[in-house]
Amino acid sequence: MSETNLRNIVQEELSKIVQEELNNIAPEVDLATVDPAADLREALDIDSMDFLNLVTALYHRTGIEIPEVDYPKLATLSGIAAYLATKLKSANTV
Amino acid sequence: MTEFRMPSLGADMEAGTLVEWLVKPGDWVKRGDIVAVVETQKGAIEIETYQPGQIEKFLVDLHSRVPVGTPLALIRTEGEAKAPVAVASPLVVSPVAPMPASPVAPPSVAAAPTPPPVVSGVAARMPASPAARRLAEERGIDLSAITGSGPGGAITSTDVERYLASAPPPAEKKRALWLDPAAMRAAIGAAMARSKREIPHYYLEHQIDVTPCERWLAEKNAALPPDSRLLIGALALKAVALALHRFPSFNGFYRDNKFESSKAVHVGLAIAIRGGGLAAPALHDTDQLSLDDLMTGMRDLVQRTRAGRIRSSEMSDPTITVSSLGERGVDALYGIIYPPQVAIVGFGNVVTRPWVVDGAIGPRSVVTMTLAGDHRVTDGHAGALFLAEIGKLLQEPEKL
Repeated sequence: MSETNLRNIVQEELSKIVQEELNNIAPEVDLATVDPAADLREALDIDSMDFLNLVTALYHRTGIEIPEVDYPKLATLSGIAAYLATKLKSANTV
Repeated sequence: MTEFRMPSLGADMEAGTLVEWLVKPGDWVKRGDIVAVVETQKGAIEIETYQPGQIEKFLVDLHSRVPVGTPLALIRTEGEAKAPVAVASPLVVSPVAPMPASPVAPPSVAAAPTPPPVVSGVAARMPASPAARRLAEERGIDLSAITGSGPGGAITSTDVERYLASAPPPAEKKRALWLDPAAMRAAIGAAMARSKREIPHYYLEHQIDVTPCERWLAEKNAALPPDSRLLIGALALKAVALALHRFPSFNGFYRDNKFESSKAVHVGLAIAIRGGGLAAPALHDTDQLSLDDLMTGMRDLVQRTRAGRIRSSEMSDPTITVSSLGERGVDALYGIIYPPQVAIVGFGNVVTRPWVVDGAIGPRSVVTMTLAGDHRVTDGHAGALFLAEIGKLLQEPEKL
């Protein structure tokens, strides 16, 4: 399997995890309709407790410990995907 | 024998619907155990027992709507002799004498024959064999649902077994989130209308610098995994709870034309429910909790409230309410007191504002706090001091 394929699979898996966890928090929202660049707090009406629960769930499922200073990078769906991918990549290349 | 009754979960509640038993006859319960789930206008509430003992029998069928105060079950208190009608376990009737060495003789079953309890409810009137009755009780089945094949239409244990075999499998254990937005809206409307009708509100607002809180939190949380991180809301809740020690006239209930302050501080946390709706269940003994425990309690309370798992004591115990609507971006909110409470404290959004510190203007994180107080109990003067005290406590987050 090429490295690109593998990366795509990981990306897909990560995106699935994010979708599942956001769905737990805001079950009534169809994530397919959310603009990947929209502010999640507004688009999904999530508060700081919801966001902390999201960060906690992502930590448990991916092992990526998201420090508070990085929270602004996770403001959008695309931001979360990019952040997690970068973190995983840096973990793998070490 | 004690009756476990449909509780009143707020002044505006008249009736509730029993939707689930979380125990069965014969189970032992202790104070605070969750016994049943009741549907109210405010959603499904888990009902705790204040009476420890053994569940003797159920008195109300599932899905019946009954007025507040209706006995739902009988609980036999420890040491109370088992009623003859329910003598089921061979252990209880075994002829073994109480241990003579025992310093306190346990009450002997044979020596203290309690008269059969006055049994109310449908189950008692159905002709049924003792074995059938016992089996039905064990499985929490209503005998009236079973057709008897015994003499005179009496229900036999075989009938019960047949019924059990034919009955649909028990519903999935995970409870469906019961929430009727229209009913909840009506309940909120009724409580707020009563508040505005009866409580002469006064309103105050006060801006405070929460930069010390933010700095302290950033430093503390940087070293912690997400599970253990604190939110600024936890600091706010603790500061309010501690300030009430000096200002007890904001903590308690106004009932029967007089105010009774509460020794315990149970801060009600206003929690928005998705799809519209609001609940403000108590975080018990808020003032006694460490910040870590308070945060854990807050997370649990928010999660359970949104999942429809609030407990009855959390509904009835709040002695004051805190609302942090600032989460949704507004600078300030002017709360309506939830009767019979006498105060509600609001926290607005944390915003960066030019602020004078030590004679120089600089950017600081600022929050607008508000208080709605009950003029029957306090004046704005006391309210101002109360808000100032909360602000002062938030200047030294490490001491909270």
